[in-house]
Amino acid sequence: MPVLTYLEAIRQGLWEEMERDERVFLLGEDIGVYGGAFKVTEGFLERFGEERVIDTPISEAAIVGAAIGAALVGLRPVAEMQFIDFISIAFDQLTNFAAKCRYRWGAGVPIVVRGPCGGGVHGGPFHSQNVEAYFFHTPGLKIVEPATPYDAKGLIKAAIRDEDPVLYFEHKYLYRRIRGEVPEGDYIVPIGKADIKRLGRDVTILTYGWMLHKSLEAAEIVAQEGIEVEVVDLRTLLPLDDETILSSVAKTGRAVIVHEDTRTGGIAGEIAMRINERIFEYLEAPVVRVTAPDTPIPFSPPLEEFFLPQVEEIVQAVRWVANY
Amino acid sequence: MEETLTREQLLDMYYYMKLTRMVEERLQRLYRQGKIVGGLYRSLGQEGESVASAYALEEGDFLAVMIRNLGALFVRGVRPWEVFTQYMGKGTSPTRGKDNIVHFGSVERGIIPPISHLGDLIPVMAGIALASKMQRKRSVALTYIGDGGTSTGAFHEGLNFAAVLKLPLIVIAEDNGYAYSTPKHKQMAIENIADRAIGYGIFGETVDGNDVIAVYHATRRAVERAREGLGPTLLEVKTFRMRGHAEHDDAWYVPRELLEYWQKRDPILRLETYLKEHGMADETDFEAITHRIEQEIEADLQYAEQSPMPDPRIALEGVYAETPSVSEVAPLPREHAVRTRS
Ligand SMILES: Cc1ncc(C[n+]2csc(CCOP(=O)(O)OP(=O)(O)O)c2C)c(N)n1
Ligand SMILES: [Mg+2]
Repeated sequence: MPVLTYLEAIRQGLWEEMERDERVFLLGEDIGVYGGAFKVTEGFLERFGEERVIDTPISEAAIVGAAIGAALVGLRPVAEMQFIDFISIAFDQLTNFAAKCRYRWGAGVPIVVRGPCGGGVHGGPFHSQNVEAYFFHTPGLKIVEPATPYDAKGLIKAAIRDEDPVLYFEHKYLYRRIRGEVPEGDYIVPIGKADIKRLGRDVTILTYGWMLHKSLEAAEIVAQEGIEVEVVDLRTLLPLDDETILSSVAKTGRAVIVHEDTRTGGIAGEIAMRINERIFEYLEAPVVRVTAPDTPIPFSPPLEEFFLPQVEEIVQAVRWVANY
Repeated sequence: MEETLTREQLLDMYYYMKLTRMVEERLQRLYRQGKIVGGLYRSLGQEGESVASAYALEEGDFLAVMIRNLGALFVRGVRPWEVFTQYMGKGTSPTRGKDNIVHFGSVERGIIPPISHLGDLIPVMAGIALASKMQRKRSVALTYIGDGGTSTGAFHEGLNFAAVLKLPLIVIAEDNGYAYSTPKHKQMAIENIADRAIGYGIFGETVDGNDVIAVYHATRRAVERAREGLGPTLLEVKTFRMRGHAEHDDAWYVPRELLEYWQKRDPILRLETYLKEHGMADETDFEAITHRIEQEIEADLQYAEQSPMPDPRIALEGVYAETPSVSEVAPLPREHAVRTRS
């Protein structure tokens, strides 16, 4: 099977969807001639032409708003945010327009809004954010964040084919650092399905994005001490895959939730509450979380490293719940 | 009657333009040596408009820059060490490593730092202008926006708001041909950004952005109107981005002829020519200024290079006026880790 980078897998998924369905088109800043700030859409303009690969003005609200409009009448727009931080400008279009159309008047808004998220590259406070929590609170939206090339391709295809608005967050730290086997041709990774990336019986780690890789490293370390960690990659953040989450935690009785996003109001809080509500009797230890602290993400490497959850912290958290 | 700029003022502007260029050249070397953290955005070819517009302000006025306005910061009193430490993420930098590039300032110095989100400064500077009016002060607020940044909703809302309330706001719109890889004609369906002024009911003017004297006078006029209560100005400066969007970008999409055209109109060379033709200065004056800048840069760079990186715990400071006490509900691993990590 071909080995692709995370970025190449996203590109391949997008490409195949554009080949498959002529209703699919791309819009965003510098995505055509330049091929995107991170080169995800390199070569698309040449293949699919200006009508389906649209270089737009710097107008995120209009990019998403226009995507919504086009989707309402039958097209399948994929909008790029140059950095996911700028999605804040389209917040209203997403949370009020896109998310509420179906509920109010039965009209689906099959758009995808995708863009690079996350830290680790010293991008500073406005080029490193994780924005899932702002949208996690909005019924009507779906949110996915792949961690592997396989999932990246399968999820972009699922997102494009979905009948509702999907936010597709791609972690910029993983773009060229993570490689993996990606089948040629068509397959999808269903939205709403988590994936067990490592089997174990003692502790469950629930995580996504870059933190999947750190969690797998942590699992490897504690395995030497005889702690067998099951690592669940959420892949879809909204709607959460309760079944996979709860059955894994019920099995191990111990859960550590790891996310790069900040702590308060982060997704970990919701997951912990679901565990508490549904399988409290199965727990052998309190559910704990390893997250970034409640601050903006700082720029300078020592500060950023301190801010970002580290493997060692995950290891400590796992030991703590294992020995509780 | 328009004032004439004195020799001293012109040489002063020359110093700031040259300082900007030489600091950026130094940054470029550091960038290649891997000594700066993150990207480097140059203002090569645009030093004139930044310097001249900021030079038209007075003590007590407020200025907010975008990524290509380093020169304006120098006019407001920023020194090279602040820029070097910012780019290196040092603990001695104005933001103590929390933010990068020209994202620093202080209300006391009349410098409001931008966020990356283009356009967002304009409503904020309108608010500063509003407060100036409410507090019966003479201060005006000046900020910049690129041709690309004018496509944002915030640009429109901010200008319209300032227009309706007749606020002392000056927006310098920099038409430098491109927004990242996007040429101006894909950004707007008009030729001159200043044409939008009509739609807002405010003053608009387009000037040659590489002619510092023209930019200075045009900004001066805008400042005077603002102080007289005549409201905002949208002042467009025509200039050109002579490098890529940032140093990672070789700008292959910019036609060579355009670069050649603008190279001949370099703002520093033009001021030199003007000064020479008017018998105000000659090569020895320019060399003396250059020499002085070299020394200033060396000293400041040395300080920046010797400065330590920030203590990691600074990451936790300054989110609120008062640091909230960390809740001690359980010995949660993160808190534990934070406390024990050196
Ligand atoms: C709202 C928003 N969208 C996208 C970006 C990413 N971005 C940073 S600079 C830039 C181009 C800006 O062009 P322009 O305003 O013309 O300024 P210039 O770089 O030419 O000085 C883009 C797209 C951003 N900073 N803010
Ligand atoms: Mg521009």
